[in-house]
Amino acid sequence: MTGTAFPPATSAPSSAAAVAELSAGARLRRRMFGQKSFVFGVGLLLVIVAVALLAPVLAPHDPYAQNLSQRMVPPFWYAKGGWEHLLGTDNLGRDYLSRLLYGARISLLIGLSVMVISGLIGTTLGLLAGYFGGKADLIVTFLITTRLAMPVILVALAVVAMVGGSLPVVILVLGLLKWDRFAVVMRSATQQARALDYVTAAEAAGASTPRIILGEILPNVFPQLIVVATLEAASAILLEAALSFLGLGVQPPLPSWGLMISEAKTYMFFSFWLIAIPGTLLALLVLSINLAGDGLRDVVAPEGRG
Amino acid sequence: MALFIIKRLGLALLVALTVSIISFVLLRTSGDAAIAIAGEGARDIDIEAIRQAYGLDRPLAVQYLIWLGQTLGGDFGQSLYFKTDVVDLVLAKAPVTLLLGLLSLAFALLVAIPLGVLAAVFANSWIDRAALAVAVFGQAMPNFFFALLLVMLFSITFRWLPVSGSGSWLHFVMPTVALGYYAAPAFMRLVRAGMVEVLSADYVRTARAKGLPTRTVVFKHALRNAIVPVVALSAVQLGYLLGGSVVIETIFALDGLGFLAYQSITHKDFPVIQAVVVMLSVIYVLLTLLGDIANAWLDPRIRVA
Repeated sequence: MTGTAFPPATSAPSSAAAVAELSAGARLRRRMFGQKSFVFGVGLLLVIVAVALLAPVLAPHDPYAQNLSQRMVPPFWYAKGGWEHLLGTDNLGRDYLSRLLYGARISLLIGLSVMVISGLIGTTLGLLAGYFGGKADLIVTFLITTRLAMPVILVALAVVAMVGGSLPVVILVLGLLKWDRFAVVMRSATQQARALDYVTAAEAAGASTPRIILGEILPNVFPQLIVVATLEAASAILLEAALSFLGLGVQPPLPSWGLMISEAKTYMFFSFWLIAIPGTLLALLVLSINLAGDGLRDVVAPEGRG
Repeated sequence: MALFIIKRLGLALLVALTVSIISFVLLRTSGDAAIAIAGEGARDIDIEAIRQAYGLDRPLAVQYLIWLGQTLGGDFGQSLYFKTDVVDLVLAKAPVTLLLGLLSLAFALLVAIPLGVLAAVFANSWIDRAALAVAVFGQAMPNFFFALLLVMLFSITFRWLPVSGSGSWLHFVMPTVALGYYAAPAFMRLVRAGMVEVLSADYVRTARAKGLPTRTVVFKHALRNAIVPVVALSAVQLGYLLGGSVVIETIFALDGLGFLAYQSITHKDFPVIQAVVVMLSVIYVLLTLLGDIANAWLDPRIRVA
């Protein structure tokens, strides 16, 4: 592989002894809630998820309804803004707040579905390579190397452009492209889990291979899986936004945040808020997922903290 | 060492070949090249004629082998949109992207190494936390949004830098920053982790006990060892940066491979897309190979494994 893995860090013995006096649960909670950034990330993410789920209730207007007499109304904090459209309207007179609320749904849907598809592919490959080793490992390692060599954005752009951009196409293409990190992490985690005593014991007891992989190894590598999954969801959201921004992802009139930035590009000079608001929301969403993922990593594998 | 390089070269060749097959099949099955050549609204008879003239009616495997044969002979075909040789087109644009990639890498390292060293030397202080915050926010910001913020600030508000084009070095400033900042957090974390470990190592403690000034210890003893993994990551990141140039070059209309790729994608220019994808993959594979060799050379322990 690429040889960029961190060397295994050794935790300081003194602090380990101090922590060992606490119960396992208390240690976990201390690590979790001792971290303000983790709590902040999870909290922010929950707010965004809640807003996305409640979009039909919260949105003051229909996100697709055009009103050409009310074009480019600025948000309420500008002199020309008003309370009718809190965050103003876009170039077609559509209520920006309503579109942003529905846009959260698209980003979350993309993050979640791409995570599931790529997670299934990558985890399967990683488990197989890590458990069986030998030829299986060689093949999977080769697949990973090949995948890494393909420029993701370029291939995704090209395929989406050929097939025609739509939400399912973007999800499928990204899902089929982004399994590499799952495979890399699951492979090495499985290799470590396979050497554990109880796996050897299960083998000796005559448990079937699928039972060992799904019943013994998968639960053991699950924490690492969750961490990769969060980080991959964040990266999928960024990729969709980039594809849609280039006009080759989700198509109008869907309110994807990336697409909204793309549509507002022409009016950048006079109405920068049209770009600034969805851009900031994208950054906040990705930030919240990354903070949650980083926090989980510290909870799951504190010794790997960089 | 020689065997190591030969083995890795063989693998690199196999990877490049596989990528070319995958991208060829992906492009040919997801879109109809004949329609792309004929243009929108062409008659069915014309499309059929083009299909036969270009050999698009043959089995995919045959088409691929023909493409491979021509490519190995240095003939990447004709661009459907620009109507010139793909080789000339790609060679004309490659220097811009290569320059952008190297500049971005240099920018990322210039930001990341000092921050990483500071964060490690003052571990768990406010400096450490501030550096971490920079890294976390950097990774969360969509790069096209960051690029637009730069344009708003430096082109529209201050009028210091040109919005788009690739005429002078000024045109490279914003693309370099927009592309490079995204690579910086990974370097920063790596430098910090390496420095924290090295700074607690015995030989550094000895150097300190000898009474050497902190500056000498940090830069001469510690950084030199902590920097080893950065070399390999640089090679990999440069590959990512070249791939990421599609978005940034398109925003700034910087006339390199990324912008060329975007234009060929919107015009369904199959031969150019295929050539750029394969070329970027080959560059990536070569760069990781270079990174591995550099690593093995700098750290003899790896050579045995």
